[in-house]
Amino acid sequence: MKQSLIGQPAHRKEGRDKVTGQARYVDDLTFPDMLHGVTVRSPIARGQLRGVQFGEGIPWHEFTIVTAKDVPGANCVALILEDQPYLVSDTINHPEEPILLLAHADKYLLEEARRAITFEIEPLPAIFSIEDSLNRKELIWGEDNTFKSFLIEKGDVNAAWAHADFIVEGEYETGAQEQLYIEPNGMIAIANREEGVTVWGSMQCPYYVHKALIKLFDLPPKKIRVVQAVTGGGFGGKEEYPSMIAGHAALLAWKAGKPVKLIYDRAEDMAATTKRHPSKTRIRTAVGKDGKLLATEIDFTIDGGAYATLSSVVLSRGTIHAAGPYNWPAVRVRSRAVATNHPPHGAFRGFGAPQSIFAMERHLNKVAQTVGLSPEELRRRNFLQPGETTSTGQVINEKIDLSSLLDRALKLSDYQTKKTRFAEFNASSSTERKGIGFATFMHGAGFTGSGEVYLSSVVGVEATETGKVRVLTSNTEIGQGSFTIFSQIAADALGIDFSQIEIAQPDTANVPNSGPTVASRTTMIVGKLVESAALGLRQTLVAGGLLGERYSADEFAEACRQHIAQHGALKSFSKYEPPPGVHWDDEKYQGEAYGTYAWAVYVAEVTVDLTTYETRVDDFVALQEVGKVINPVLAAGQIEGGVAQAIGYALYENVVWREGRMVNNQMTNYIMPTSADVPPIRVYFEELPYAYGPSGAKGIGELPMDGPAPAILNAIEDAIGQPGIQTFLGQIPLMPETLMKAMTAGGGND
Amino acid sequence: MRLAGGVLPKVCMCGTHILSLHPQRKEEQRVKISLSINGTQHEADIEPRFLLVHLIRDVIGLTGTHIGCETSICGACTVLLDGKPVKSCAVLAVQANGGQVTTIEGLAKDGQLHPMQEAFWECHGLQCGYCTPGMIMAACGLLKETPNPSEEEIRHGLEGNICRCTGYQHIVDAVKYAADKMVA
Ligand code: FES
Ligand code: FES
Repeated sequence: MKQSLIGQPAHRKEGRDKVTGQARYVDDLTFPDMLHGVTVRSPIARGQLRGVQFGEGIPWHEFTIVTAKDVPGANCVALILEDQPYLVSDTINHPEEPILLLAHADKYLLEEARRAITFEIEPLPAIFSIEDSLNRKELIWGEDNTFKSFLIEKGDVNAAWAHADFIVEGEYETGAQEQLYIEPNGMIAIANREEGVTVWGSMQCPYYVHKALIKLFDLPPKKIRVVQAVTGGGFGGKEEYPSMIAGHAALLAWKAGKPVKLIYDRAEDMAATTKRHPSKTRIRTAVGKDGKLLATEIDFTIDGGAYATLSSVVLSRGTIHAAGPYNWPAVRVRSRAVATNHPPHGAFRGFGAPQSIFAMERHLNKVAQTVGLSPEELRRRNFLQPGETTSTGQVINEKIDLSSLLDRALKLSDYQTKKTRFAEFNASSSTERKGIGFATFMHGAGFTGSGEVYLSSVVGVEATETGKVRVLTSNTEIGQGSFTIFSQIAADALGIDFSQIEIAQPDTANVPNSGPTVASRTTMIVGKLVESAALGLRQTLVAGGLLGERYSADEFAEACRQHIAQHGALKSFSKYEPPPGVHWDDEKYQGEAYGTYAWAVYVAEVTVDLTTYETRVDDFVALQEVGKVINPVLAAGQIEGGVAQAIGYALYENVVWREGRMVNNQMTNYIMPTSADVPPIRVYFEELPYAYGPSGAKGIGELPMDGPAPAILNAIEDAIGQPGIQTFLGQIPLMPETLMKAMTAGGGND
Repeated sequence: MRLAGGVLPKVCMCGTHILSLHPQRKEEQRVKISLSINGTQHEADIEPRFLLVHLIRDVIGLTGTHIGCETSICGACTVLLDGKPVKSCAVLAVQANGGQVTTIEGLAKDGQLHPMQEAFWECHGLQCGYCTPGMIMAACGLLKETPNPSEEEIRHGLEGNICRCTGYQHIVDAVKYAADKMVA
């Protein structure tokens, strides 16, 4: 039998198409007689829609015009709660909310038409901050502006304050962040009563779109077909919003009786679609003078925007990750997602965890300072050990040794030497300050709690007469390499060549529902199902006497041919089963929050320019334990890409809001890191195989988003440490202007 | 209160010109141009403000050249014009009149990948692939100027091409790999 493919840097499955320009993204597809569509949106944050005026000089009779009145089924985007309409019928709740749709064959005339439409709106007062929402300055959602709240309690927090040697308090804030996949969103739809609705587009989760369209058109599931086109990045930004765009394209197509293509340009994509939830966190911590953490109370709030969308689940992940990888005898985490009149915030790599982890990793540096320990020593004294429990009471039963992970990361980054060297440098330089800092963290892989059980994913594999095996999943390739990983796993399980594996295009007409492509679950959860479905297929051939224990590619192909001749087809399906011993209490938020965690220590080295107050990241070490690494180059690529996004989150990517609307909604004024801004990212893995992942793999996709921001801010603090500046280092993005204000107000910069 | 629909109109970088308003409708102001794309001569009858990227994608039908921003930032639309990398969303089609354009589709010869394409595939210099055609064209342009670039030179040379997926490390590796191959 062949050498294992697991752990090998197999070539990207669809790589050839992508380097030759043959890959077809949604905007590259056309259909005969196709129209173009646009969305006409609310110019203001909140109000009552009273009327629509169609301006002069446009041949309106040539246009397909869709309003809320044209919706055949329910006018809501089916997701968790059904509060968000496809099109406003009377109340507007955020800027850029879709009100009306237009289609025409000439996309340039369409743009003129869009601009010729005016709305009569009676404005209502709107709210844009977490405080105003909590104080109910205006009641804009439900009874209390709150989409969801959680409470986690472990031990007796109240009792801890009395015998603490120190009580350390801090406040932390994180901003919105745009996913900025380079391919803007888009969909094409064909829809009519006879054939039903078919959409092609850029997306992460075909079955989310499927579910939403069933409700929108009130059609049976079989009449809805969703096909993923090659997708140019997602990062969470194409998790839920594509349901909206698909619905719009389909509504236009339904009315026009022709195919409709609806592609967002960059400005629309940035202004109208979801971003990372802004957050505020307050932490109060009791600590002994020996540096032992005694208790913590965390208050975590995220701004969900105008509709519930995914805020409850983002909040859940942020809440569970808030206490970090530490052994707290007592913890209380209170959290809530609140409504504002911003466009809804949504999924973005990390999904709530980067926000709460930022707060805790900055806070622990403050705790260390208060106690008089180094940041590394404080953490060493408090790391979770096997046998101890997380904030939800989950017993750590993997053999993770965080102290030695930390030691290794500090060594790889030459931390101690650099600390000394930088102190000398800083004493002698009048133009720059250098610093080094780190963050330690964990990230739960897969859906939270009982999520995977509810999803109950199914994966299939089918053989062809030529001995090729096709993998059938609804999980999408969005750049992360899932098609390559699935091919490696299936080929390895079947003992056949990588090139013999095909991956079916995610198309709800042809693939089972293996769940959404989110939550670092694709390799670990879906990959495991690919593995067991493949093993099942092989078992069928062996049990049928068509295949021996050892076989060549030709023998395998021959066995497939014979089986297909006898039985018509050769398919095998596998359905998710939870690992044994996983219990989750959704009421009390107690138990095994995740099947497993990835663990990491990231170290950042920075230079702060004292003239421009700009910060440059000079070196970055990312060390993580992620179970068995299936493809080391793809895995490193995930980490590098995540770290670069998180450098942007920490230092560059500032969403500027005015009256609830993003005003820097172009790549010219929303700045993300270029190749010259990102240092070489040094990636290292440790591998503790996870028994329930394919070949021992865990999830990694979101992990690299969690650690860089606090590591960078900790490094900046090391570089410019001076009293009074602490509060400014509790906020990201940390813009040069903020730093300048802080340093010139807080005691000068020398 | 009467208000125009949302999303600020697409304007050019100076903020005053509204971009791309139906170039096909005003019959009187059209110009004929002729240019070579990937070695094939094409004639087109277009409005003066028609962009090169729209000519390549919508008229010629070569969709490997991508649009990521239309504001000349992301570089997804990079092609070679007379051997030099240009952002085709920032070039008018008329400016390419008489010129030679190479797009990603024109790099491979007889099914044989160009060394830069091979390098990107080999070194995993791509993930979602959306920036990739532009990145490869820009990298080809870079190696023409600097056949053996240092890591620093690669990072600065590709600064005008944004990739959201890779963190650039494997792109840098790919360009080095291609440089070695092409020098050898
Ligand atoms: S589309 Fe031309 S630079 Fe972005
Ligand atoms: S590979 Fe996705 S943007 Fe570069």
